[in-house]
Amino acid sequence: MTVREVAVEAYREGLPALGASVVGGLLAGVVLGGMRGEFRAVPGLLVLVPALLATRGNVYGSLGARIATALHQGLIEPRVRTGDDRLQRAVAAAIANGLLASTFAAVVAFLVLTLIGSGPAPIATLVAIALLAGLLSGIALSLTVVLVVFAGYRRGYNPDTLVGPIVTTAGDVFGVAFLLLAVRVVLRLGGT
Amino acid sequence: MTTDWTVRAIMRAGLPILLTLTLVEIGSGLVLGSFEASLLRYPTLLVLVPVTIGTAGNLGSILAARLSTVFHLGLLSFEPDDELLVGNALATVALALTLFPVVGAGAWGLQAVVGGNRLSLGTIVLVAFTSGAVLSVLAVVVTLMTTYAAYRFGLDPDDVVVPVVTNVCDVLGVLVLVGVVTVLV
Repeated sequence: MTVREVAVEAYREGLPALGASVVGGLLAGVVLGGMRGEFRAVPGLLVLVPALLATRGNVYGSLGARIATALHQGLIEPRVRTGDDRLQRAVAAAIANGLLASTFAAVVAFLVLTLIGSGPAPIATLVAIALLAGLLSGIALSLTVVLVVFAGYRRGYNPDTLVGPIVTTAGDVFGVAFLLLAVRVVLRLGGT
Repeated sequence: MTTDWTVRAIMRAGLPILLTLTLVEIGSGLVLGSFEASLLRYPTLLVLVPVTIGTAGNLGSILAARLSTVFHLGLLSFEPDDELLVGNALATVALALTLFPVVGAGAWGLQAVVGGNRLSLGTIVLVAFTSGAVLSVLAVVVTLMTTYAAYRFGLDPDDVVVPVVTNVCDVLGVLVLVGVVTVLV
């Protein structure tokens, strides 16, 4: 193959996945753009945004890859209704890791911001927001990844190529949407 | 994957790299936070944040996945005249150059609908395009270096390269966006 042929093929194969993630990223961005009030009310929240979004991608991307491999190996059936133990444990582990990483991010961000004297919101507020957003987006993303990978596999698509675009697109949208919801709930309960 | 399907084994397999990557992302969050005043003044720039980070990470991860596959097939030589290497690298830059102007226009258009822009369409498209051009070159460099390192150290590129490249490109996405905005806006 010539360089040109390789480049044209790679371009064509990359475009749909990137296009989907651009749409998801723009929607997430619009929600983020509307959160200026929340960012002013919770100093330090903006610092958490890249870590929380990346956690969604890393944790649920890995869950998707694990499910895709298990489907290839015939370890699990592509049906939700059979209530497979393996599947339930993989989802539980993913959500647990997501919550741990979110809490870790909130604590580290609080410590660093306190050290550099930039006056973050109370640690309880940041951790509560990270946990609630992590739990809600974790449930939504697990469902999305499992359902789309199963449906795609049953229709003959390679689950490996489905996982990346699904997780990045849904991760951005759910990640930001549930972050907004979590901030509002925590601020309401905290009485501010 | 040989990890057992118990909650503990799956968590343990993922946690070390996950927490390390979280620390790296907090670093990029601190850069973003130092820039908070501008982002809150110009909401269109805030709209660009997730899409720029995400697209940068995806450009890198797509290239990394493709190079990992040809690497596994034994077709990749790390020579500057390798057709697969050069062709895939060119495609990455071409994808960025064609998608990022759309990203800029999309961000401006959506923000115009929901709240209005304080920056012109031309400025936002220029910011997105410049960021995309710089990021695609960086994504190629980072991916080649990481894939080459995995090859030299005998690691499976699927396990290492994709997560490392995605997160490094995430961070570069924030740094480049902040840098470009500082120069252009």
